[in-house]
Amino acid sequence: MTDAVTFRGVSRHFGTVKAVDEVDLAIRDGEFFAMLGPSGSGKTTCLRLIAGFEQPTAGRIEIFGERAEGVPPYLRNVNTVFQNYALFPHMNVLDNVAFGLRVKGVGRAERHRAAEESLELVELAGYGARRAGELSGGQRQRVALARALINKPRVVLLDEPLGALDLKLREQMQEELRKLQRALGLTFVFVTHDQDEALSMADRVAVFAGGKIQQIGSSEDIYRRPASKFVADFVGSSNVVPADLAGVGAAGQWASLRPEDIILDASGREATVTGKFFHGRVTKLSLNVNGQSLTALIPAHETTPEIGETTHVSWEPSRAHLMEHEA
Amino acid sequence: MHSNTRAPLGLKFAAIGGLIFLLAPIALIFVYAFTTEEKSFQWPPPGLTTKWIGVTLGRADVWEALALSLKVAAISTTLALILGTLTAAAVARSRFFGRETISLLVILPIALPGIITGISLRSAFSLLDIPFSTWTIVLGHATFCIVIVYNNAVARFRRTSGALVDAAMDLGADGVQTFVLVILPNIATALLAGGMLAFALSFDEVIVTTFTAGNQTTLPIWMLEELVRPRQRPVTNVVAMAVVIVTVLPILAAYYLTRDGEHTAGSDK
Repeated sequence: MTDAVTFRGVSRHFGTVKAVDEVDLAIRDGEFFAMLGPSGSGKTTCLRLIAGFEQPTAGRIEIFGERAEGVPPYLRNVNTVFQNYALFPHMNVLDNVAFGLRVKGVGRAERHRAAEESLELVELAGYGARRAGELSGGQRQRVALARALINKPRVVLLDEPLGALDLKLREQMQEELRKLQRALGLTFVFVTHDQDEALSMADRVAVFAGGKIQQIGSSEDIYRRPASKFVADFVGSSNVVPADLAGVGAAGQWASLRPEDIILDASGREATVTGKFFHGRVTKLSLNVNGQSLTALIPAHETTPEIGETTHVSWEPSRAHLMEHEA
Repeated sequence: MHSNTRAPLGLKFAAIGGLIFLLAPIALIFVYAFTTEEKSFQWPPPGLTTKWIGVTLGRADVWEALALSLKVAAISTTLALILGTLTAAAVARSRFFGRETISLLVILPIALPGIITGISLRSAFSLLDIPFSTWTIVLGHATFCIVIVYNNAVARFRRTSGALVDAAMDLGADGVQTFVLVILPNIATALLAGGMLAFALSFDEVIVTTFTAGNQTTLPIWMLEELVRPRQRPVTNVVAMAVVIVTVLPILAAYYLTRDGEHTAGSDK
C-alpha cells in the first residue's frame, strides 16, 4: 500500500535557521499520526510542507506516491484545520464550509447541500446562517473541520486544533475527532505540543526537537521505550538515570524510569524526600537517591513521607528502559 | 469616576465658544449665498433671495471648473486606489530590507507642506519638458491621494490575518480567486473609505493645483479667482456651499464605514 505522505531527507531552512533538518518520515494511509514537540521544534513547518505553504529547501516529499515539491496548496488533495480556525469573517457558516466547492465552480444549490451534509457530520446542522463571530470556540472548531472535509481530501492536517479550547471541551473533541477519522477512513496528521493529547489520540507519534525527528513509534513505544533522554523527559517527564542505578545496564549508559513505576518499599533503597505535591489521584514526590534526583508518583491512597524525611523506594528493573541514544 | 457628573458651566461655555469659532464662518458662507446685495458682504443681509442658485446654474465657467475638478478627483482617486493598495499589500504582508523606510517615504507627501510638493512637481515637470495640463494636476493630486488610500489599506491588511489567505489557498482557491473572494471583501470598506477621503481632498485642493495647473481652472481655483475679481459675489457662496456638501458627505460616510470592525479579522480566539 502506498503511504499517504513520505518525506525523504526533507529540509526547510530559513536563512541560518534549520526549521526542518533532513527529516525522513512515512505516514501510512488511514492512520492518525501525531507530530509532537515543543514550540520551534519543526512540527508545524512539517505540516506546512505537507499543505504546500512552505517548499522544502532540500529533499523529496510525496503525497500518495506523487511528487509534491513545487505543487501549490490549491492543487493538493490535502486540507487543513488551522490553529485559530481562520474562518472567513465576511461569510456565514454555510458559505465558509462551501468555499472549497465554490472555487471549483460547483453550483450554488449543490454546494450548499454538500455544506449542510458536512455540517451534519460535525453535528452543527442548522448553524449555516450564522456568522463565525456568533459561534463558541468549540463550534468554530467544528466549522473549520467541516470546511476542511468538503473537498473530500485524502489527508487532513490539523494544526493544534484543540489548543484554544478549555479542558473539558478538548477531551470531548479528542474523542469526536478520533471517531470521525475512523468513520471516514482518512489520514489525519495532527500537530500538538501536548503529549497527553498525542498519546491518547494517535496511532503513531513522531517526537520532534530541533528540526529533527527524535523518535517515531506507537504511543506505547514512545512512552515505554523512549529512544533518547529528550523523548523520555518531554513525554511524561520520565526520570533519566544512570543505567547501573536503574539496574538495566552498565555505567555510562542511561535508562528511563517512569515516575509511576517507583514504589514505596521498606526493603528498597534509601531516599530523602525533597519535595511533595498533592495532585489528587497521585502524590508527586521529589526524591534524592544516592545523589540522583528522582520523581515518583505515589497513588493517593498510600501514606507518603513528609519533606525532609527518609524513606525507602524500589522499582521493577524490567520497567526501566535502557536508551539507545545519549542525547 | 466622573462619568455621571454634569460638565461644569465654564466648560460648557468653552465648548460652545469653540464650536461657534469653528462653524460660524461656514454658516456665514451659507447666509451670503442667499443675500440680495451683489457687490459687498453686508451684515445683516439687506434681503434674502434664491436667485443666485439659478444664476450659478446658468454660468458656463462654473460648470467647466466643476467638471474639471470631478474629473481630476476621479482619476487621481482611481490611480491612488490601485497604487496605494498594492503598496499597502507589499508593506503589510512581507518583510524585506528597508520596509519601514518605504512606509515612511509613502507617507512623506502628506507630511510635507503642499507648497513643497507643488514646487518640486513643477520643477520636475519643467525639467522633463512635460506641458502643464489636466494630467499634471492629476499627478499632483495622486501624490497625496495615494497616501490616504495606503494608510487606510495598510491598517486593514494588518488586521486581516494572513491565515485567511492560507485557508483560501488550502481549499483550492488560486491567486485570483483568493484575491476576489477573500482579500477584497475584507479590505473593501477600507478602500471605499480611503477612496472617499482621497476624492474629497482632491476636490478642494488649491496649493498643489496652483503649481501643477496650466490655464486649467479647477473649482477651488475658480473660487479664488472670483474673490479677487468680484462679479456676482453670492455665486461664489453658492458654489462654496455645494463644495461643503460634496466634501462633507463622503468624509462622514468614510468615518462610519471604518468605525466598526475593531477586531482582527480571522484571528479571533
